[in-house]
Amino acid sequence: MQIVLFHLMPYAALDLNEGRKNATVWVTLPNRNFDPQRGHQLYNRYLDELEYGEELGFDVVAVNEHHQTAYGLMPSPIVTASALARKTKRVKIAILGSALPLRSHPLTVAEEHAMIDVISGGRLISGFVRGIGAEYHTFGVNPTFSHDRFHEAHDLIVRAWTEPGPFSFQGHHYRVRYVNLWPRPYQKPHPPIWIPSQGSKETIDWASHPERRYTYLQTFSPVKVVQRYLKSYRDTCAGHGYECEDRQLGWAVPVYVGDTDESARGEAKAHFEAFRNVYVRMPLEMLLPPGYTSRESLKNVMKAKAQMFGDVTLEQALELGLFVCGSAQTVTEAFSQHWSDMRFGNLLVMCQFGTLPADLTRANMERFARGVMPRLKALN
Amino acid sequence: MAFTDRFIDVAGCRTHYRRGGKGAPLVFLHGAGGMPIVLPFMEKLAQRFDVIVPDHPGYGQSDEPEWLENIHDVAYFYLDFLAALELDAVVLVGNSMGGWMAMEIAVRNTSRIASLVLVSPAGIRVEGGASGAEPADIFLLSPEDTVRLLFHDPKLAEERLSVPPTAESIDLGLKNRHTTARLAWEPRLHDPMLPKWLHRIDVPVSIVWGAQDQLLPVGMAHEIKRLVPEAELNILERCGHLPHVEKMEEFCALVERFACR
Repeated sequence: MQIVLFHLMPYAALDLNEGRKNATVWVTLPNRNFDPQRGHQLYNRYLDELEYGEELGFDVVAVNEHHQTAYGLMPSPIVTASALARKTKRVKIAILGSALPLRSHPLTVAEEHAMIDVISGGRLISGFVRGIGAEYHTFGVNPTFSHDRFHEAHDLIVRAWTEPGPFSFQGHHYRVRYVNLWPRPYQKPHPPIWIPSQGSKETIDWASHPERRYTYLQTFSPVKVVQRYLKSYRDTCAGHGYECEDRQLGWAVPVYVGDTDESARGEAKAHFEAFRNVYVRMPLEMLLPPGYTSRESLKNVMKAKAQMFGDVTLEQALELGLFVCGSAQTVTEAFSQHWSDMRFGNLLVMCQFGTLPADLTRANMERFARGVMPRLKALN
Repeated sequence: MAFTDRFIDVAGCRTHYRRGGKGAPLVFLHGAGGMPIVLPFMEKLAQRFDVIVPDHPGYGQSDEPEWLENIHDVAYFYLDFLAALELDAVVLVGNSMGGWMAMEIAVRNTSRIASLVLVSPAGIRVEGGASGAEPADIFLLSPEDTVRLLFHDPKLAEERLSVPPTAESIDLGLKNRHTTARLAWEPRLHDPMLPKWLHRIDVPVSIVWGAQDQLLPVGMAHEIKRLVPEAELNILERCGHLPHVEKMEEFCALVERFACR
């Protein structure tokens, strides 16, 4: 198994009461709540943590993109991935992902990812996402065109990476007379493409298509949901007439490893609950604007509203498998069991979440890297 | 006065409309919430007019055509719709999204239109300053809060909210909301190019606005009056975003007087 150290870079200095009072830390939380001095410390701390990931032996370090929120301070993961490309030497760097429909022009994504791939000597993993619903409020991009723009942007980027330029691209949303990428990507035919998702049939059908076979990542979901969607991906591959490889599947989950089960829970509790109940939280209308999902999916979410939008305690989260927490042995056993059930080739661990401070984050990373990771890497 | 349900194919879109009454043709273009039932103002107007109330493409019982991408598509669709029904000298009345559509239609072609009644229309934007607050963000409000902002009299909102939703009304609500987003998400509820061409409207225009409109502030009424100086301006007191519902009698009298003068 390939182990990925994934970071959201939240604004951990947030006054949680302000976040709760505003009902969400997304879109509408006034930015007077962001202190640039604390931001300076946090960015540098988080980049140090990711660089330390290379030293600890993680296979991949990963960043992602979110806008106008305390949930994650990377409106441009390009900036953080670029910094990592120079500071690290061996570890792969994953951008999970760039929100294609939110860009005015997807060729900028093709260019920036190609630059990082060339600078890092082919260490880039490219991720493509649509951006979450809230980001259609922040950017004003019409969510009813989200799927169309994503697919067209993807096609343009992959063609720009692989076809000899210059050529002309005439789409419905993007039109460009000269596609002629400088630089071309380092990896052949192009960097691997991963698709993070909260789970959707449309995404699975598309990502698993024999022409693409992209790695599908199920992010921050109850373990039963992870199982359902990873199985659905495998079944869809079979329907396409080929067998899914383990490398095509991944699971992204917050993790905390302590000296004992009890101390792990004690150390993680407040920080995990801040993550789940303050940083993640947003109203339904913000999460799912019209057209972002099918109307059928939207109705299902409306039915499950009470469950999805209520508070979750650490104990409930452990029960649901939203969070994996305990001694190195407990965590190793949990992931080994899940691996034999699901055979995901990529495990993305979020070792910092919510307000988890620097000392606990480092201790968590070290215990995971030394006490859990070697056995998980050997699973094959 | 009985309204009948009818369908017509226009531009490949099977379009539902209700029609009732006798007199000069009056087409009413509904707002973002659609027009799922025959409302009292329709019955009242049908005593004097041949009242036609279509579901816009993408709303109610009408199709969701592939070609529907922006408000301009709707404007051209309605020019075809008026031609398909062979309507002439139409009194074109539109509320909110429908008022915006009425303006977009009229800047293109008024050959089948006698007059225009704009009832708290969307479509233009007032630049900051004293003239009024930003429009409410209907895409961030919960459906319940949106209903509360529709009316000046809170009793009317509570009455509407007391009707439990059905599976059908939920489906219709999601369909209407989707199309509203498609047409009005960005630029939000307006067309920045529209003010350039409002001078092309060469038929009488009446602007009707609730003084206490909490969705589209009344400052917008004055902005439209500034852009269309010949228009008459009617501000109704103790009235919210739906004058045809909240001030039904006053609204119908106003339309009759204006259209039959």
